[in-house]
Amino acid sequence: MLSLDSSSIASVALSRDGEVLSRFDTVDTRSHAEALAPAVHDLMAEAGLTGTDLDAVLVGTGPGPFTGLRAGLVTGRTLGFAWALPVHGVCSLDAAAFHVAPEALAAGHAEFVVVTDARRKELYRRDYRVHEDELGPVITPLGDPRVGPPEDVPALPCYGSGAGLYPDRLSHAVPGFSDLHPSAADLARAAWAITSRGQELSTDTSPLYLRDSDAKVPASPKRATR
Amino acid sequence: MNTAEPLVMGIESSCDETGIGIVRGTELLTNTVSSSMAEHVRFGGVIPEIASRAHLEAFVPAVRAALHDAGVTLDQLDAIAVTSGPGLAGALMVGVAAAKALAVATGKPLYAINHLVAHVGVGLLDDRGELPDGLGALLVSGGHTEILAVPDITSDVRLLGATIDDAAGEAYDKVARLLGLSYPGGPAIDKAAKDGDPTAFAFPRGLTAGKYMGSAENPGPHRYDMSFSGLKTAVARVVEAFDAADQPVPVADVAASFQESVVDVIARKTVLACTEHGITTLLMGGGVAANSRLREVVTARCGEHGIPVVIPPLSLCTDNGAMVAALGSRLVAQGRQPTGISFTADPGLPVSTVSVPAA
Repeated sequence: MLSLDSSSIASVALSRDGEVLSRFDTVDTRSHAEALAPAVHDLMAEAGLTGTDLDAVLVGTGPGPFTGLRAGLVTGRTLGFAWALPVHGVCSLDAAAFHVAPEALAAGHAEFVVVTDARRKELYRRDYRVHEDELGPVITPLGDPRVGPPEDVPALPCYGSGAGLYPDRLSHAVPGFSDLHPSAADLARAAWAITSRGQELSTDTSPLYLRDSDAKVPASPKRATR
Repeated sequence: MNTAEPLVMGIESSCDETGIGIVRGTELLTNTVSSSMAEHVRFGGVIPEIASRAHLEAFVPAVRAALHDAGVTLDQLDAIAVTSGPGLAGALMVGVAAAKALAVATGKPLYAINHLVAHVGVGLLDDRGELPDGLGALLVSGGHTEILAVPDITSDVRLLGATIDDAAGEAYDKVARLLGLSYPGGPAIDKAAKDGDPTAFAFPRGLTAGKYMGSAENPGPHRYDMSFSGLKTAVARVVEAFDAADQPVPVADVAASFQESVVDVIARKTVLACTEHGITTLLMGGGVAANSRLREVVTARCGEHGIPVVIPPLSLCTDNGAMVAALGSRLVAQGRQPTGISFTADPGLPVSTVSVPAA
């Protein structure tokens, strides 16, 4: 499976049965349209794979800043079309939640929240419950992903790259996870956690924008005379 | 690769049209366009975020439809071309990311192409398959107002003049709102103006004063440039004066007088640029090329100087993928190097960059 996420950093991963074979992750959060296609090309070439070797494409559907998020989604959808592969979508925050699930279990955090930077002094967030079965940690989202000010984040242990951004306004951050961005590698692992338990992945790759465009229907035009 | 008659897909997403065109050599196989224009009507202008969202949803269906319409497969393509600028950053980014994905998936060479030069590339799709010598171009749309000299479409394109503020189409949209007419403003004002007196109001002709124009030997700072922002304000003052006096606005007369000012300035500057730069054929492009008065006046005044004006069918004047494919096809035929997949979209790509060189 080829996975892509562009909700925060831009990342690509190749995996088989949840095992990540190779991965690419940018450091910055503003080069998605430049970085993704070369990364896909390089990972595929290094692994000696072509599109016919893949079973599916997986994309993180956000939430994330709009332009970067679209770059990942259009890349994933287009690769799926060109290679005639199914394209699956998973909420990007689920990737980060799956990543921290072992730590959350170890810390006794049966419920926690993952937050990432939504810019404009707001955070994207989603609440999760975590437990463990014979296959490993299982995360269950508690409701839909949301966007809002730090004060709106529920008083649960708070993981992720957004947790430390507003220390004065969000006091329940779990320290040590400031570089935890949703990644394609974790997305692939989170997806395997679903399919290995006999459940289907969604084929809905609609972007989780969570905000409308800023455009306002204009009232009367500005006056040229007073 | 077939370089004599290359099969090329062109991708366009610089504004509110998701365009996919496919050409074989200079033969147009399909021109598939999905527009988000209806979603912008209530705002009176293109909203970049809404256009960008529409591109994401339209892209794969448009590619599928174009391939079906042309009766070809992705495997058969010789190259892919995509508009990389100028245009709206977020909108460009969707087409660029998608084009790169297609290039990666198919292994086909990718050309990052200049949107404005692509408008001129439409001229390659006519029966002759060649551009005339001494070609110039007048591009007028909601986002652009430019006069170009095109000595060689793949290697030598020069910007002679451009608007320094609003595009002409943008001025039409804004004035249409002032007059209570519909969006897009171009067709609405063109229609209203037919019943109006173009001399009813003496609206300003932007950048036509001597200090801007200079002379052919000693050109001023804006000899071929245009400005429509002051004109829009002048129209607003007239409309507000009627409102203040509680009198009905003479919409037809205002529309006709406004349109006459726009058309007069564009035609005057275009003729000047053509005659002073050896341009012997003028190609018109952009959505405002559909404007009846602009076509009429530019054609008549160029005709006085023996300069024929070529106006492609409207579907090839407005933004489309076919023009991108046409230019891409010519670049392939001339053996130009593809751009590769590491470039970035450039909202301000200069017209002198016909295709982005490989990194």
